[in-house]
Amino acid sequence: MDKTVNQKAWFLVLPVFLVVAFSAVLPLMTVVNYSMQDTFGNNQFFWNGVGWFKELLDPSTDLGGRFLASLGRNLFFSLVILAIEVPLGIVIALSMPRQGWTVAACLVILALPLLIPWNVVGTIWQIFGRPDIGLMGYVLNHIGLDYNYVSNDIDAWVTVIVMDVWHWTSLVALLCYAGLKSIPEAYYQAAQIDGASRWAVFKAIQLPKMNRVLLIAVLLRFMDSFMIYTEPFVVTGGGPGNSTTFVSIELVKIALGQFDLGKAAALSLVYNLIILIVCWIFYTVMTNAGSDRKPQEGAA
Amino acid sequence: MARIDLVDLAHSYGGNDAPQESFALKPVTMTWRQGGAYALLGPSGCGKTTLLNVISGIITPSRGKILFDGEDITPLSTQKRNIAQVFQFPVIYDTMTVGQNLAFPLKNRGVPKAEIDKRVAEIGRLLDLEPYLNRKATRLTADAKQKISLGRGLVRSDVAAVLFDEPLTVIDPELKWQLRSKLKALHRELDLTMIYVTHDQTEALTFADTVVVMHDGRVVQSGTPAELFDKPAHTFVGYFIGSPGMNIIPAEVRGREARIGGHVIALNRSYDALPAGAKIEIGVRPEFVEVVAPAPGLLTAKIERIDDLGRIRFARARLGDAKLAARAPAGFTSADGTAGLKFDPSYVHVYADSLLVEGAA
Repeated sequence: MDKTVNQKAWFLVLPVFLVVAFSAVLPLMTVVNYSMQDTFGNNQFFWNGVGWFKELLDPSTDLGGRFLASLGRNLFFSLVILAIEVPLGIVIALSMPRQGWTVAACLVILALPLLIPWNVVGTIWQIFGRPDIGLMGYVLNHIGLDYNYVSNDIDAWVTVIVMDVWHWTSLVALLCYAGLKSIPEAYYQAAQIDGASRWAVFKAIQLPKMNRVLLIAVLLRFMDSFMIYTEPFVVTGGGPGNSTTFVSIELVKIALGQFDLGKAAALSLVYNLIILIVCWIFYTVMTNAGSDRKPQEGAA
Repeated sequence: MARIDLVDLAHSYGGNDAPQESFALKPVTMTWRQGGAYALLGPSGCGKTTLLNVISGIITPSRGKILFDGEDITPLSTQKRNIAQVFQFPVIYDTMTVGQNLAFPLKNRGVPKAEIDKRVAEIGRLLDLEPYLNRKATRLTADAKQKISLGRGLVRSDVAAVLFDEPLTVIDPELKWQLRSKLKALHRELDLTMIYVTHDQTEALTFADTVVVMHDGRVVQSGTPAELFDKPAHTFVGYFIGSPGMNIIPAEVRGREARIGGHVIALNRSYDALPAGAKIEIGVRPEFVEVVAPAPGLLTAKIERIDDLGRIRFARARLGDAKLAARAPAGFTSADGTAGLKFDPSYVHVYADSLLVEGAA
């Protein structure tokens, strides 16, 4: 049958083109445009080429120093919360009941922190940790710990990390739980027959069967923690000093605080690029992890 | 290696207080000989897998005892029982190589390394897995994976019994035959007690020297394939084993005669003490009924069709409400769609409420 050529169909995709153009392509191009220029206000712009990018990657300049320091903090933060949330999530998933009404109860309780808007989470912990009126802050100081996230760097970090663990471990636990549920009962029975210990069951069955959901969990948690803004901003505002200033907080300071559009545009492009690269690495790793399972020809 | 005794063993998923009719496994007492090759045969849902899981300890029975060589092991966990089991679908440990998979049951039990290597090499050789011993087990086909599962079941030399729960379901028919004969050879070579669960009679009859037939949670007969064929103890065994299955026809039996709709069929034995009020039927395998030209004194049946199985032909006939199958000799045709039935008296059995009645000589 001959295909009818009907160019009118293009009109049907036109709305999507327009939406994508105005919501993604044009803003992005504007940012690229800004990143090559400098402005002193009054809508006057001066060409700066790759100047901002050079400065950004040079730790001796103000911009570069601030960017690289916050990037370091960001990576450290992601590393710490992954190191806590992933094992903790696995442990929680393993200790959850596998049937009965308690399953539903556990799932609801686990899902609660995930349902709370980020700035509310920040506000909760901001008040929770205050030494004067916050339950945690008051109790900690009362039992003799000198805890004050407003003035002490380490206290501020601990608060931000504990807050993230409280907020997001559930996600890892739920993903792991889903992974565990998909393991057929026969595997556990076979392991019993084979005389496997609890630890051997975990190592030989549960962990390997969870590795895909774990990759997804690590990816999601890394991306999210790498882009973290709201919660630390509400709790510590990036302080004390710059000790909890992450890249996103730095970006907002430069863009909206100082109104250095060029610097901010360059920073956000590099920031974006890092996230894209990490995404790509994870995607590649995950796809390869999957291809490992396909049977090979002639392997019978 | 051990003799396994089941003493009044029963299991109900609904708890011990549930009515006995609902038990998945109704009380059974029987003995599995050391070194025997058993097949546990029955339709889906008849309790075969329950019985197997009770023996291996995955399920704790609601009542009764299991003895290994006279020792009560009912309360012991699966790990502590000396038993191996292979499941319907391949279970392999993804992160391990084929060799490590085979070694896993031994390693968990603290067997010395030299001994492990020896056993793994031997089982690898017996199952033709040698070329793959150092390969990751995940990348193999379903067939090979199931061979690994079989291997893990066979690798321990000291087990009381190896239980197989329909292990060849995922295997291609061609390979099925090979693996089944391999299992049989392994049985001879390793002198293990093997219990093989299946719903496929060919599989059961070719593998086992003793076939245990289960029906509705009960063990209805246990015997050699020939015994099951010649003398089914229960009408269920009669029609479940054999293709086509045994003809079961309601009849009145008195002395050495069975009456079907006024016609008399001679019996080889005398049945005088049949339980009163029981449902009386006669059972005869199609192989021992012949269709011939209608003649006086012969039971007349309507022929519905004739199935040609190649080396033998079976006529499908109708006798009143009852359907039956009978051997059609070469060259038999029916002019008017009716035929006479000739029974071989020594293979006509009498059943009261589905159970075989032994007549007097």
